[in-house]
Amino acid sequence: MKARIITRQKLCPDIFWYEISAPHVACRFQAGQFVIIQVHERGERIPLTVAEAHPERGTIVLVFQVVGKTTLELSLLKEGEEIENCVGPLGNPSEINFFGQVICVGGGTGIACLLPIVRALSAAGNEVISLIGSRSRDYLILEDKIKAVSSSLFIATDDGTRGERGLVTDVLERILEEEEVRGKIQRVIAIGPPLMMRKVAEITRPHRIKTIVSLNTIMVDGTGMCGSCRVFLGKAMKLACIDGPEFDAHRVNFDDVISRLEMFRAKERLAWAVYRQQLEARQMEIKTKVRAKEGTASHD
Amino acid sequence: MIKIRGQRVPVRELSPEQRIKNFSSVPLGYSAEEAVAEARRCIQCRGAPCEVNCPIHLRVLDMIRAIATRQFKEAFFLLKEDNPIPAITGRVCPQESQCEGVCPLAQDGQGINIGKLEAFIADWARERGIKEEIVIKERPHRVAIIGSGPAGLICAYDLRRWGYQVTVFEALHKAGGVLQYGIPAFRLPTEVVDYEIALLEEIGVNFQLNFFVGQNIAFDELRHKYEAIFIGTGAGAPLFLGIEGEHLKGVYSANEFLIRVNLMKAYRFLEYDTPIVCGDRAGVIGAGNVAMDAARCARRLGAREVFILYRRTRKESPARVEEIHHALEEGVTWMELVAPKRILGDEQGWVRGIELVRMKLGEPDASGRPRPIPIEGSEFVLELDTVVEALGTTPNRLFLKHAPELAVNRWGLIQVDEKLQTNLKGVWAGGDAVRGNATVILALGDGRQAAAAIHRVLSPEKLG
Repeated sequence: MKARIITRQKLCPDIFWYEISAPHVACRFQAGQFVIIQVHERGERIPLTVAEAHPERGTIVLVFQVVGKTTLELSLLKEGEEIENCVGPLGNPSEINFFGQVICVGGGTGIACLLPIVRALSAAGNEVISLIGSRSRDYLILEDKIKAVSSSLFIATDDGTRGERGLVTDVLERILEEEEVRGKIQRVIAIGPPLMMRKVAEITRPHRIKTIVSLNTIMVDGTGMCGSCRVFLGKAMKLACIDGPEFDAHRVNFDDVISRLEMFRAKERLAWAVYRQQLEARQMEIKTKVRAKEGTASHD
Repeated sequence: MIKIRGQRVPVRELSPEQRIKNFSSVPLGYSAEEAVAEARRCIQCRGAPCEVNCPIHLRVLDMIRAIATRQFKEAFFLLKEDNPIPAITGRVCPQESQCEGVCPLAQDGQGINIGKLEAFIADWARERGIKEEIVIKERPHRVAIIGSGPAGLICAYDLRRWGYQVTVFEALHKAGGVLQYGIPAFRLPTEVVDYEIALLEEIGVNFQLNFFVGQNIAFDELRHKYEAIFIGTGAGAPLFLGIEGEHLKGVYSANEFLIRVNLMKAYRFLEYDTPIVCGDRAGVIGAGNVAMDAARCARRLGAREVFILYRRTRKESPARVEEIHHALEEGVTWMELVAPKRILGDEQGWVRGIELVRMKLGEPDASGRPRPIPIEGSEFVLELDTVVEALGTTPNRLFLKHAPELAVNRWGLIQVDEKLQTNLKGVWAGGDAVRGNATVILALGDGRQAAAAIHRVLSPEKLG
């Protein structure tokens, strides 16, 4: 099914918010799930975060960061244009229950993935403390939306341009020692770069707080057929697409998760470089044509 | 003693040197003259063991007779009646253990090349745009088919011909199932599969791609919306050995390797966006058709040395004879009586080798094949930078999770009665989802049988 782009927004210099028409996904989406898209017929299939679903409008919201050729191509689509294929919702929904006090930690685009989870946890009556972070103010996304559904919100940026200076994990470490929350946190949910998630797991482990992470691995089909997304919990092999994407952070082998993300890096860099060159060549061509036109126009 | 009527007409093929540079079809197929010559060798023996031994009892003798008398169109229509996808089965059936294996001429290795004749006729018709005429008398009943592999396609074809409103649900973005994602283009050209699917669309089969039953609609809801359901979800989930080192970069399931190559066209990287990394030395664990496919893909992706690593011997290999022959021709090294113990990696997490242990054959096991027994102390390391595990596949547990009321056996295979009906009313199943790793032709037979059963239930008046 083709998915038309209804609205296109730039959340920050390299992160986009696309509301796309996908009624089959919208009517079934639950917090924690994802979709796989293919931008065009020759494109690769990549898993993407769903930040919101609007069943009444038959739309979902994709939030993605430009990290390679596929996401760059996606970011160049305009409103009204179509994504060739979109399948989902895939993966298991988050466990939403009344836990009591919960901390949600989000970094980068992980904040978008976290949004529907925070919303659902709050709706289930939990007191949700949200911690979000990015490298600097201009790269911090969805602050208002997260704030609107959280009991309290803490922000950290690497350069201190918004909220505290430092990492969200520093904030987490501190909060867990604070009098009011000490021993009361029932669950921590962390979604962001793998290094951040690993750090969260390390921090919560001595506190013995159940900690959930959502793994964004390499995937192809997303339905348990290829095994590309395999992750290891101790010695047990799990597939992020159908067993996850959420797992017990204290059991995930993050070294393998991080290493496996590198598998196609050289090829991805090559595709990126070639595509950038093609884009530049195309722009040069357009410029030359415009100049040529202007040239003939001035002769008239 | 039967007299040999000349030698089998050889099939022209791309040379191994040409082939390993591309993904074009290896057999070039018979010309009309060659097909006629091959057909004329048939002695039209009584009892037609070829037909008896065909899982769908194709009328082989009639087809061959029509070819021998150059009535290609008649041969095609006849073939199509029994088998809607002859261009595909002609290429992927294990003929040596079915029709060709029991040909009386086969005793001297000169059995009629039935597979190539079948493919010839289908290709001849396709190239000329010749299609069977299908007149459809519409019926109101709605039938859902889950999975667009061979079983589902045939079931859809038959039911649609009988006038049912048929919708095929497919999770991937292209229809065809294993024909699309599994079997490489050098064995089954993509255009052959696309052509068959286009024909189904032409007669009004509705394909819902990117649609996963269970995730996009509850299985129960589907049962309410459709009067009959056929489950042809195949066996698409890969098995892993469960040994040390499977997390390493450079280790693939054969499914991933083949999906990247076939469905996503990773061998045309930069023209297509899906990457694949295949090193200089690739090892493929297993020796079935999928292992041969993966090994031959690895050669085409530039691997200088490709090893088939098999714990039994060539005699026990379940692969088609033609595939083994082609793989060896293409420079694949056959290493038998070895079993992997662990995969070895470097500090960056890339595969560097595999530790193997030598095996010997013991008494027959449950599969009837001699059980391989490890020889203690015979371990050795084979240097590799790519490992592909082709150990077979199991049914998709994601679909089964969404249909918990469906009875399955302990291997996750759907249980059916002799009419392919499941324990649920109005739900039939067939193909690999029921059989495990079987063949296209058996899936085809199941799809056809289930369609007939559904027809009988939905339109009992027709039976009189």
